[in-house]
Amino acid sequence: MAAAQKRSPSLVLFLNGFVGLWLMIAAGPFLWTLWGSFKVEGDFFSKADWTYALYGIRTLAETGGVFTGNGYHGAWVQEEFWRAALNTGIVVASTVVISLTLGTLGGYALARSGYRYAFWLLMAALVFRAMPHITLVSGYLLPFFEWNIWGHLPTTIIVLVAINQPFTLWMLHSFFLNIPKDMDESAMVDGCTRFQAFWHVIIPVMWPGVITTGLFSFLLAYNDFAVTAMLLSQENQTMVPKIASFLGSTFDAGNIMFAVAAVVSAMVPLFFLVLFFQRQIVSGLTQGAVKG
Amino acid sequence: MRHRAFFWFILPSLTAMILLIALPIVSVFVQSLYVEHEQILKVTKNCTPFGCKEETTVDFEATQALTKEAPLGKFNGFDTYANRSHLAFYEVKTAWRTADGLQSFFSNLMNLPFYKALAFTLSYTFIVTPFVIVLGLAIALGVNALPKVIKGPTIFVSLLPMIVTPLIGSLILFWMIDAKGIIGATLQIIFDDPDLSLKASPALTWITLFVYGIWHSAPFSFIVFYAGLQTVPEETLEAAMIDGASRWQRVRYVVVPYIAPLVTFILLMQLMDNFRVFEPIVGFSAQANATSLSWIIYNDLRGQDIQLFGSAAATSMLTILGVAVLLTPVLIRTWQQFNRKVV
Repeated sequence: MAAAQKRSPSLVLFLNGFVGLWLMIAAGPFLWTLWGSFKVEGDFFSKADWTYALYGIRTLAETGGVFTGNGYHGAWVQEEFWRAALNTGIVVASTVVISLTLGTLGGYALARSGYRYAFWLLMAALVFRAMPHITLVSGYLLPFFEWNIWGHLPTTIIVLVAINQPFTLWMLHSFFLNIPKDMDESAMVDGCTRFQAFWHVIIPVMWPGVITTGLFSFLLAYNDFAVTAMLLSQENQTMVPKIASFLGSTFDAGNIMFAVAAVVSAMVPLFFLVLFFQRQIVSGLTQGAVKG
Repeated sequence: MRHRAFFWFILPSLTAMILLIALPIVSVFVQSLYVEHEQILKVTKNCTPFGCKEETTVDFEATQALTKEAPLGKFNGFDTYANRSHLAFYEVKTAWRTADGLQSFFSNLMNLPFYKALAFTLSYTFIVTPFVIVLGLAIALGVNALPKVIKGPTIFVSLLPMIVTPLIGSLILFWMIDAKGIIGATLQIIFDDPDLSLKASPALTWITLFVYGIWHSAPFSFIVFYAGLQTVPEETLEAAMIDGASRWQRVRYVVVPYIAPLVTFILLMQLMDNFRVFEPIVGFSAQANATSLSWIIYNDLRGQDIQLFGSAAATSMLTILGVAVLLTPVLIRTWQQFNRKVV
C-alpha cells in the first residue's frame, strides 16, 4: 500500500509526529513509574522539582545511593506480596488450563454443528460475555457464604473459568471454522469416532488457536479485580486485590512506595507477555473483526 | 455433527456457564426481592445505686439466629427497586414537582445515588467510545505510514495501555496526576494555581476518568483498524489512482468501505466494556465525584458493617437490564443475518 501512495513530506512529518506523541502517552507513564519505583517517596512525589525523580536527589540523601530497593523490600518481604504473587500464579495457571480444555471441546462442537441450537448457544454466550462481572459476583456471594466455599482459591478459579467460557468459546469456535471439515470427516469415514477424530486429527493442528485464546484467558484471569477482590479471603488474596488493599493501609503509613513497587512488580509479567506473544495478541484481537 | 456427540462435547462448558453465569442471574433476581433483617433490639434495665436506666442494645444472638434461619432476609417484593438508593420513585416525583426548571430537577436527581451512577456510566460509555474509535483510526493511519522496521516496536508500545491491568493502569495515572506527582505539579505551575487538584471537582474528575478510558481502550481500536488497513488491496488503490482519484477520494471510496464494518465491531465491544466501568473509579479513588453502576454494587457488597445483598442485587438487575437494552440492536441484526444465511 505504501508504494501506491506517495505522501507529501509534510503529511509524513505530521503522521510521524502524531505517532511519536502517542508512543510517549502510551509508554511514558509506565517508564516513569518503573524509574520512580527505585526512588524514595520524596523524589517520586516531589512537589518542588520534578527532576528530583529523575536524579534521585532525596534518595541519595536518605539512602546513600541514587537507586533504592526499599519499596520492593517493603512490598515483597514486609507486606508479604510474594504470597499474593504465588496465589496469582496458581489462580491464573489453573484458570487457563481448565478454560482451554472446556473451551476446545465446546468450540469444536459449535464449529462442526450446523444446527440452529448451536447458533443460539453462541448468541447466549455473547449475552453472557456482556454481563458486568460484579453483577454475577453479587449473585455468588450469599450462596457461597451459605455453602462455606467463600474465600478459597478453587472457588475463584472455577468462577473465573466460567466467566471466561463465553469468550473462549467464541474465539475457538471461529478458529475451528478455519480448520477444513474434510480433515476430521475423512478420519471418521476411515472408522474413527467423533472423539477419536478430534483427538488424533484436530488436536495436533489446533495449537496456534489455543495459544492465542490462552493468552486472552491469561489476561482475563490476571487482570481481574471484581471477582478476586470479592471472593477471596485476606490470606488468599491475589496481586490485584492485594494492591488495592495496600492503598487503604499504606497511604496513611507513608509507605506509598510499597504500592508503587507492587504495581511495577505486577506489571512486569505483562510486559514480557506482550514482548513474546505480540503477534498472537494482535491476531487474536482482530480475528473476530476482520473475518466477521 | 450428531446431536449426541454435540451434547457430550459442549456439556462441560455449558455446565460451567449455566451454573456460574445463568443461575447467578436468577440468584441475583431472588436476592433483590429480599431485604436484610432489621437488627433485633432489646431493652435492658440497668440499675445502679443512683437509680434505674433503660438501655436499648442490639441483641446480637437473636439477630444472628434469625439470619441463620433465613439467610436471604425478609421478603420485600419490589420495594428495594423503588427505594431511595435505586429508582427512587418518590424522590424523583418530589423533585419534579418542586423543581423550578430542568436544571434544578437534574441537579436534584444527581443527589440520588442510582441516577448519579447511571449518569456517569452513560456519559463514560458514550463519550469514551467515539473518542476511542477516532483516536484508534488516527494512530492506525499513522503507524501504517511508518517504515516497516519500526512498526513492530511501535505496536508493542501501543499495546501496553490496554494489556496492563485496569486497576494498575489507573493507579499509575492517579499517582502522576497527584498534586505532588509529575503531571499534577506541572499543571499547577502552568495554571499558576497551587491549589489546583484534578481530584477536587466533579467535572475534572469526570474528565480524568474519560481520559483514562480513552488511553486504555484506544490500542484496541488501533489494532483492529491497523489489521483492517492491511486487507485493503493495493491493486484497487492503484487503479483508483490511475483513474485520477485524489488522495482524499481514494481514502473515502476505497479505504473507508474496507474498514467501515470494523467500526461496528469496535462499537459493540467498547459499549459492552465501557458500560461496566469499575476499576478506574477504585484506582482513582473517585467515588466522591463519580460512581458507576458497577461501583455501587461493589460498594454495597463490601458493606461497612453489613453487606447489603438485597440492595446490590437490585442494582445488578437494573444493570443487567441496561446491558440488555444496549445489546438488543446487535442481537436483532445478527438474527436477521443468520436467517438470511439459512434461507
